[in-house]
Amino acid sequence: MTREEVENGRDYMLIDGEDNAVPDGFNADYLKVYYGKLFPCADMFKWLSYGNDGKHPGCDQSYSGRREFSFTLDNDIYLRFQSFNTASELENAIKEKCPFKIDIGPVYSVDPSKRHAYSQGGDNIFTPVERELVFDIDISDYDDVRYCCSGADVCLECWPLMTVAIKVIDTSLRDDFGFSHILWVYSGRRGVHCWVCDGKARRLNNEQRAAIADYFRVYKGNENSNKKVSLMGPALHPFLARSYTDVLQGYFEKRLLSSQNLFLNEERFEKILEMIPDESITSELRGKWLSNKRSKEDINVVRWEQLKHLLSSKKGQGHRRCIEEIVFSFTYPRLDMEVSKHMNHLLKAPFCVHPKTGRVCIPIDPNKCDELDPTAVPTLSKLIGDLNAGGFIAEGDNEWDGTSFVQCVKYFKEYFLDPLLKSCKEEIETSYNAKVKQSRNSISW
Amino acid sequence: MMSVASLLNRENQNKAMEVVRSQRKSSLPNDAVSTLPLYRSAPPLEVRLEDFEFYAIDRLRVLKGISDGLSRGKKPDEMEKLVYDLWKENMRHPQASEVVNKDIISHFVLRLVYCRTEELRKWFLSMETTLFRHRFLHENPEVQKALFAEFDLPYKVVSRAEYETVKDMLNQVARSIGQSTDAIFYKVPFEEVPELVAGRRVFIKEGNAYIAMSQVVSLVVTQFRSHLSKALVLTNRKWTSMIREQEKDRLTPIIEALSTSYLGPDYSQPTKHTDISLKDIDQIAKSSFPLCMHHLFGKLREDHHLKHGGRMQLGLFLKGMGLKLDDALAFWKAEFSPKVGAERFDKEYAYSIRHNYGKEGKRTDYTPYSCQKIISSTPGVGDHHGCPYRHFSEENLRAALTRMGVGNRALEDVLDKVRNRHYQLACTLTFEAVHGSSCDAGINHPNQYYNDSRKILESPNNSSNP
Repeated sequence: MTREEVENGRDYMLIDGEDNAVPDGFNADYLKVYYGKLFPCADMFKWLSYGNDGKHPGCDQSYSGRREFSFTLDNDIYLRFQSFNTASELENAIKEKCPFKIDIGPVYSVDPSKRHAYSQGGDNIFTPVERELVFDIDISDYDDVRYCCSGADVCLECWPLMTVAIKVIDTSLRDDFGFSHILWVYSGRRGVHCWVCDGKARRLNNEQRAAIADYFRVYKGNENSNKKVSLMGPALHPFLARSYTDVLQGYFEKRLLSSQNLFLNEERFEKILEMIPDESITSELRGKWLSNKRSKEDINVVRWEQLKHLLSSKKGQGHRRCIEEIVFSFTYPRLDMEVSKHMNHLLKAPFCVHPKTGRVCIPIDPNKCDELDPTAVPTLSKLIGDLNAGGFIAEGDNEWDGTSFVQCVKYFKEYFLDPLLKSCKEEIETSYNAKVKQSRNSISW
Repeated sequence: MMSVASLLNRENQNKAMEVVRSQRKSSLPNDAVSTLPLYRSAPPLEVRLEDFEFYAIDRLRVLKGISDGLSRGKKPDEMEKLVYDLWKENMRHPQASEVVNKDIISHFVLRLVYCRTEELRKWFLSMETTLFRHRFLHENPEVQKALFAEFDLPYKVVSRAEYETVKDMLNQVARSIGQSTDAIFYKVPFEEVPELVAGRRVFIKEGNAYIAMSQVVSLVVTQFRSHLSKALVLTNRKWTSMIREQEKDRLTPIIEALSTSYLGPDYSQPTKHTDISLKDIDQIAKSSFPLCMHHLFGKLREDHHLKHGGRMQLGLFLKGMGLKLDDALAFWKAEFSPKVGAERFDKEYAYSIRHNYGKEGKRTDYTPYSCQKIISSTPGVGDHHGCPYRHFSEENLRAALTRMGVGNRALEDVLDKVRNRHYQLACTLTFEAVHGSSCDAGINHPNQYYNDSRKILESPNNSSNP
């Protein structure tokens, strides 16, 4: 490589704002070993079949084969509309093509790989019919409220923002919307994905998906407006009120306030003062903070308490609401709305390896999401190293053990997959019996 | 003379029974007879051929008026008045007995007109649903109750005992949306009332939404919409499989003319006289782009990047202007390369540009966004798309307009429209200020802004401009 090429290469990385350095040992060979020995292909396929791969007469045998998979290969070749009838077909394809990324799409009305054959008839019947309700949350969307990192970078200082998002959304999906089969996954670099897999969720239409996404939407800022959050009305909706008291307030005051140094200097506290519409309050606080009395306590905590004290000493609903607005601005989940709104959006499969970080997209237990350290999740090179250290393993031997990866697969199976399949089975049985009963009734009239 | 029912119900004899049943039901209870039909199936009415067309045109005037109102961002109460006025003005009939028939016939004729493409169906569905909503709201509570009953929905009123357990939450929701508390609530699966869920206007627990009697309209509208949506697909099938051919000398020409005459021009096909060359694009952007596109274009030049929403909004607009695929690829590549590198551009972005031109994926030739779509978009962090009049803060909007050369007086007029949420009128005033000539039709589409602007600038009378 000439000097110039090296420079260009580096330039490219910097402008990109991402750490493009390929971690040690992310390569096709390692990936092949990973797909061959570790990737839980059979369980993934079981999940996406939702019980239709069984022998019950109520099973929809064509179901799995109508699901779209999409592979991104080494050289950025993008293979869309792949479909597989059995787990071993999927497994063979993955082993053979060794995709750098696997995306999962919807279940279509017909086999997506044969979609052109069906589109001949004029009437286009190729359309998505089922899809998990999905959410995608990226930490890069929080760049205006975090000071430790930006772009695709994350660290333990800003990761609690993701923890907050998981807690708020997970609780609401369960308690408000009544869903119970929910899978959270670390996206491998800068965020989290959520898959809601209840039958009812999979059959939602686009309008209903959009409604749920909007229910969660509080943050309304874009690059060209100042006010990021506005909470209207004389009271908060019960969902927002609960999120505030149970999650947001605590994380704001106990974690982010200090870890992000939200009031550290003039530039930062001015950003917060901008959210207070009352001129007399902002100038009083500004005066106090600019005179800069030294104190032993954390300056962020001191200033926040002063702000809260002053606001709550004034009369009127608006002042209390203002405190809440600040907390919401700095903590409330920011969803990538488009991903959730449409059935045909692709989303990266769990247990993929992120090509830029080498990290595995592992499931996250929402009850223990506080414990997840994104910088310490299993990486491809670490797994391969562990495999090697474990000695030679015979083909098909599953006795390999010893890393957190095993725990992840175990969580996936026991806490997500098993209960899911149990309820799928019940659902298939119930709807089958209803159908049988109906046909019997219609005969005996 | 012809029968609407015989056109639409030909294959489905039991549909006719449905009408009889539902008519009997609604005439049973009391004096609260509704004049609002649910259009469950085409009635066996005889229509004269000219009425067939006149009725349809009258109804189209109503729907077009609603469409304009929506894209001007009218508030619900303004919409209610607008719909009421439109209806009164256009849907009269000298014979009182014919009023309901005119309503029903015109609806079914327009189903035929608007069933034929996805785009037409979407427009019709949206306008008819809005019309139905406001007519429902205009009825008195007794009639509303009777109509609600006619839908025969399986939802129960929340029992006293259950009400007590969720009372506090229900009151809290009512306060959060500034409404007085209701005493009667229905419990329905949340999927049935998406708009109430989206606006956090209901309490939701374990998958059920608790809707107040005053919110029942949402439930009814959802039902109406989903029924009509399915019916339109069926009508389309009948249209393509039989009616079009059978009626090719009589109704088909009328129907095909009706849909184009009132939807305004179709911007999915670029206008012929334009042939955009890349070297002129800066000059053209400066003189003839509406603010939303001007802003996106400027940001693209500045940052050498736009997020997805911005690429779609600007990209399809350029396509509508007549920018060819090859030129589009060259244009985006030149802009993006300084930031992402040519190679990454080819890998990650070229696909979506070809996609917009219908060369990838499901191969739909995408239509440029209308003002209505742009105004209702929701730009997030890092996004520059959307309608500046709606999505910019006043300060930023003021600065952007000043850069466009909109002066004091005109600037204040524009901002005044924005404060009243008349975003398209604000854009129209901007157009007039920039071009120094009037724009009577108003701005409904960025490509219309562009075309009107070119027309003015290229006219021979306007020699002062390039």
